[in-house]
Amino acid sequence: MTATRDKFGRPIVVVTGMGVVTSLGAGKADNWKKLTAGESGIRTITRFPIDGLKTTMAGTVDFLTVEPFSSTGLTERLAELATEEALEQSGIGSKGDFPGPLFLAVAPVEVEWPQRFELGRATGDTEISYEALLRASSKPQFNQYHRRFQFGSVAGHLAEKFGTKGSPISLSTACASGATAIQLGVEAIRRGEADVALCVGAEGTVNPEAMVRFSLLSALSTRNEPPQAASKPFSKNRDGFVMAEGAGALVLESYEAATARGAPILGVLAGCGELTDSFHRTRSSPDGKPIIGCMLKTLADAGMTPEQIDHINAHGTATPENDKMEYLTTSAVFGEHATKIPVSSNKSMVGHTISAAGAVEAVFSLLTLEHQRIPPTINYDNPDPAILFDVVGNKARDARVTAVMSNSFGFGGQNASLILTREPA
Amino acid sequence: MTETNSTEVWITGIGLATSLGEGLDANWNALGAQRINVDETNFAPYIVHPWAPVNLDTQIPKKGDQRQMEAWQRIGTYAAGLALDSAGVKGNKEILGRMDMIVAAGGGERDIAVDASILSAAAKGNSAPGFLNERLMNDLRPTLFLAQLSNLLAGNIAIVHGVCGTSRTFMGEEAAGIDAARIALARIAAGQSDIALIGGSQNGERKDLLVLYEFGGFNLKDKFAPVWARHNHAGFALGSAGAFLVIESKAHAQARGAKPYARLSNVVADLAQRKQPGEVKATLERLWSKLGKLDGGAIITGATGAEPVTSEERDFLAGHRDFAVRASGTMFGHTMETQFPLGIGLAALSISRGALFPPNDPTGLEVEMAGPPSQIVVIGAGHWRGEGMALVEAIK
Repeated sequence: MTATRDKFGRPIVVVTGMGVVTSLGAGKADNWKKLTAGESGIRTITRFPIDGLKTTMAGTVDFLTVEPFSSTGLTERLAELATEEALEQSGIGSKGDFPGPLFLAVAPVEVEWPQRFELGRATGDTEISYEALLRASSKPQFNQYHRRFQFGSVAGHLAEKFGTKGSPISLSTACASGATAIQLGVEAIRRGEADVALCVGAEGTVNPEAMVRFSLLSALSTRNEPPQAASKPFSKNRDGFVMAEGAGALVLESYEAATARGAPILGVLAGCGELTDSFHRTRSSPDGKPIIGCMLKTLADAGMTPEQIDHINAHGTATPENDKMEYLTTSAVFGEHATKIPVSSNKSMVGHTISAAGAVEAVFSLLTLEHQRIPPTINYDNPDPAILFDVVGNKARDARVTAVMSNSFGFGGQNASLILTREPA
Repeated sequence: MTETNSTEVWITGIGLATSLGEGLDANWNALGAQRINVDETNFAPYIVHPWAPVNLDTQIPKKGDQRQMEAWQRIGTYAAGLALDSAGVKGNKEILGRMDMIVAAGGGERDIAVDASILSAAAKGNSAPGFLNERLMNDLRPTLFLAQLSNLLAGNIAIVHGVCGTSRTFMGEEAAGIDAARIALARIAAGQSDIALIGGSQNGERKDLLVLYEFGGFNLKDKFAPVWARHNHAGFALGSAGAFLVIESKAHAQARGAKPYARLSNVVADLAQRKQPGEVKATLERLWSKLGKLDGGAIITGATGAEPVTSEERDFLAGHRDFAVRASGTMFGHTMETQFPLGIGLAALSISRGALFPPNDPTGLEVEMAGPPSQIVVIGAGHWRGEGMALVEAIK
């Protein structure tokens, strides 16, 4: 009989279903084809006027329609689509009856501008105060916006539609949210609380205010033309990240439960780690110790050595700061081995899907393990000489991949890493 | 259930900074005096519980840090500092460096002057394509975003107090506070964590927040009334509070000589779909049956005063009259994500002081309790979604 527990005596956690939506398309097949062909999903924004914006491109998901449109509504639709694909592959439970908890990584929710303008018009005033908005808010036409703009509304909808069990958790750890959702699922299964968990990251918030907020922090690339060339991870001339939308969904399951029901084993969540940086709200500690500690915790959690990692799915946002820090910290952890591990950033093609990124990139890491092929980092024409990674530049590379480390770092000192392997150790 | 609840978990730190004051004594004394701090005029017809001012410097020494935060983050960071002080771990880098944190957060306040000015310009006919973009680019303060981001309360607690193990922010209104306690407890009980900081904060003096709840008709208007006396006048008064707790395994607490306030024995939660009348009551009954052995004591509920959920909870409570009930919403208002951690804090405080605070309810649902409580059940039934319970017990 195969061992169902890891070397620490914990239940082994495997992935039995996954789904993904990005600006490249819906579904694993379409995404993988385009990702390995080096296609970009970044385009000039058409959803709203771009006049007056410094950054006018993004990885928007334009092939889904949501009526009435809101970023939260789009987030919900993206999460739904990715989840449906994951559940179908996993074959777990039955329709509307998923036998475990939901962990959803989602952007903070707030009333959005189209709805705020609608409310403003409903006041009938030309000099509008919040007192007037408050008086108008109780009109019946706005009742739907209470539900829509509750932080728990997307998770509540998914819980109802897919029949997940217990209290669904909506979480945010900024750009690390997707990885945190997976971590929470892994921990629940290791505790023996659940045999199976649904972990989803979704992001649909390319809207004017979100763009402006990141612009004002100088975080976004402003190389608007051509949009496909804007995201340049590890390049000397990288100038920021590109906002993007998407969703990733994973069905995590104890190896024991998965094998018992003959489920497909798509990979193993061998380790998770997390360590907070208290240096600054948006910048990493210059010595990189929290990120180094995060990677070391993850290796220790998986019971693995750096030499056993043969691919890094980088956070690789293409901000000047992130890519430099990611290299410095990775070399501190991996030593000589750091320059020999193929490294790639999916964000060069799909952009930065913020709250979804950790989940989307976990799906791509698992597809890398499945296909033994590493998607490229496109726009890698001018390598940063200070970053000595073996970047999989511009063209996909066939390689023997047995263990992937996927990194996510976010505002607020959030650092999270995952290690995914093909087979149970 | 292989490992859950194998380890006893103690509440060793409580930090309260509320509309009734800061610190345990101020809050305890106000509860004893049945004092309530409401503002019926500044947001009229809406009623809110304003935060009692503090000297922020005592917990957030750098003015630069204070300036980087909006009120909800300052309230929370302040209360988190009080909890760390209360647990005796403030400044203990070794423990703080591995302390896990789960914050239950909403979002930060908007710049309402910017919003109003943009809406007014639009109402006067400005509809050029780039109008909104240009106004936002020019008018938004660059650092406001960080003061609004949900996970930046945890970020600020890390920066100001050095809490640096794992950092997770749960969202989703009342349920976020319930799940923060539930997951932190489960992790410690299973040996995945030794010590954790949990809690949340809300600033109720916010017109943008009132707008959100006015969409659903949830705000209490015109005249304040205790939670149980809102039958014909349903709604909640937004509260302002930071409530944080330090919880740790008994072994970890004993090893460092920490004195417990109480034991956090269990936290359970669920999501009723609330499509049919009676679903909330049935869910509460189910959660009650999962708490463990109950032999009479007290209930501290975060009942909101919103309907129909408060009536269903009242029906549930009617079946458990051997427990003396207190509604924290009467005294503190509704602090949303923070209400459940606040309830656990009040339960632990009551157990440590050997008495339940007096009732504050003209309807008679809340009755006096003689003798010290040894068990207090904390209840959270969200105004719209989410139900949960915690069992807080005296350590004998």
